[in-house]
Amino acid sequence: MKALVAAVLAASALSTGAAAAAPRPSCAVPDYLLFSDSPLKRVFGAVTKDRRLSIAVVGTGSSALAGPDGPRSAYPARLEAALNQRLSGIEIKVVTLVRSRLTGDDLAKGMDKLLVDERPDLVIWQTGTIDAMRRIEPESFRTALEEGVDRLHKGGADVILMNMQYSPRTESMIALGPYADMMRVVAHERSVPLFDRFGIMHHWSDVGAFDLYAAGKDNVLAQRVHDCIGRAIALLIIDAGRLQAFELKAVR
Amino acid sequence: MHSPVVTTTGRDLRLDLFRGLALWLIFLDHIPSNVVSWVTIRNYGFSDATEIFIFISGYTAAFVYGREMREKSFVVASARILRRVWQIYVAHVFLFAIYLAEISYVATSFENPLYAEEMNVLDFFKQPDQTIVQALMLKFKPVNMDVLPLYIVLLLFFPPTLRLLQRSPTLALGGSVLLYVLAWQFGWNLPAYPEGVWYFNPFAWQLLFVFGAWCALGGAARLGAVLRSPITLAVAAAYLLFALTIALSWYLPQYITFVPSWLEDLIYPIDKTNLDVLRFAHFLALAAVTVRFVPRDAPLLKSWLAYPAILSGQHSLEIFCLGVFLAFAGHFAMVEISGAVWMQVLLSILGILLMIGTAALITWYKRLEGRSSPARAKPSDADLAGGEA
Repeated sequence: MKALVAAVLAASALSTGAAAAAPRPSCAVPDYLLFSDSPLKRVFGAVTKDRRLSIAVVGTGSSALAGPDGPRSAYPARLEAALNQRLSGIEIKVVTLVRSRLTGDDLAKGMDKLLVDERPDLVIWQTGTIDAMRRIEPESFRTALEEGVDRLHKGGADVILMNMQYSPRTESMIALGPYADMMRVVAHERSVPLFDRFGIMHHWSDVGAFDLYAAGKDNVLAQRVHDCIGRAIALLIIDAGRLQAFELKAVR
Repeated sequence: MHSPVVTTTGRDLRLDLFRGLALWLIFLDHIPSNVVSWVTIRNYGFSDATEIFIFISGYTAAFVYGREMREKSFVVASARILRRVWQIYVAHVFLFAIYLAEISYVATSFENPLYAEEMNVLDFFKQPDQTIVQALMLKFKPVNMDVLPLYIVLLLFFPPTLRLLQRSPTLALGGSVLLYVLAWQFGWNLPAYPEGVWYFNPFAWQLLFVFGAWCALGGAARLGAVLRSPITLAVAAAYLLFALTIALSWYLPQYITFVPSWLEDLIYPIDKTNLDVLRFAHFLALAAVTVRFVPRDAPLLKSWLAYPAILSGQHSLEIFCLGVFLAFAGHFAMVEISGAVWMQVLLSILGILLMIGTAALITWYKRLEGRSSPARAKPSDADLAGGEA
């Protein structure tokens, strides 16, 4: 899978960033950061039986981008594009329920309504940042995560938990550690894949794929990061949903 | 190298050495995304430098104020402890002022659309009336500024604890364990602002502090036979190895499947806020192995190699505060100049050199003061030995 990830992301980086003078390292994600033991059974069922996949992204501000082309360039839309590109003959639909400033507990409470309204096969639940900023007790955060995941499972949806962004400028102001740990714990105990956005973005920063220290208004950077996140989630869904058989040979 | 400390006191230099090392490690861990923090012990087991720091602080506090309480009176010793509490409080507020300065600067220049959500953290500073008052009440504590408030609370309640430790050490230690258990049982902790609880729960962390004090007041001698036993060493070493294996699975998640699922259910989450039993046990194991291989008269303690760390450990409050400041400054330099690996290494080394240099300067000042007023020599000596608690 590693070679596959590297090849796909390198190819996409070439097509989007060929104009850049100095070649930046691609936003490939090493295997150990896109790893899940927990299969997405519902996703597999929906794709094999119904040839369609309905995904809901539930999250806060970091799941969206501002501006007129924000919705098109934020990672949920990029995920939809990446899945459409990779999976042949499957109808992919990604809806977003992004509400700024909601804690994990707030989001967990909305899960029942989400299940009725959208009937998703898979919910990507991005959370943690607001809880860390507001310093919600990590144990309460954990309980909220467990309740939310249980509700989604009971409603028949698969879940992927997504943790915080790596944000070097605010690192000395927001202590993400305990909340990231709790997300790892809940992902493990409830057997759901964790999309380690923090670890992945940190890796991109380390290898020089992106300059995440940048302070200025750089929409291009934000859009490229979201594009890469969308692609990486697509790979995780294909891997954990065991959807390799549906992948287009050409993309491979 | 000539060390003035060795000649003036007969105290256990291991305390200074390991507290100095702990201060360096805390500094390295406090610089976010610092590649050098790979060397710190938190990556190789359950506990980290905070445990070492709190234990040794309890030990030295009992050592110094205990003598005072015995030789003078409860009131005198308490008065000195409370003066120390005040000093630490002032140091904390000073650090908070520096933190505010950094944040305000960052807030004016940061507008990366990728991090629109994270920037909301700066909202706190739109209500300085709340934030600053809550900080003065030790309820609002910025990241990495949780240790001193814990320390303040621990020392504040130290006079009666110390008295009880002297009268009936077993009862005192038993009470401490009981408080720890009750805190876990009933979820006791102090409230924080804007929400939540203290990052270091004083009801739980007091166990380490009181245990350190208990060791200083004869407990260590009582444990002597246990510490010398080869069984203890074997158990401690086995536990450290176990913790190392688990810790490696955090950083090499491909291999996490090698950790059985029932074991993961049993040990996670390893709760730092409430001083998880696994953390406490890990510290005990580390301590047991350390006292075995670094005896009180180890030649290492008098060598030039250990001297910088010993020096740092002898001025723990100043060096701790300096470390917090340097970690802020280091992060600032990473953000404004470069966050590259070479920069992280450079800042880490520079920071530790500054900590050593400052400790040397403080020692020099203290000797100067000691010489000019001989009458004050004794208390400042006690200060060296653990007024720096």
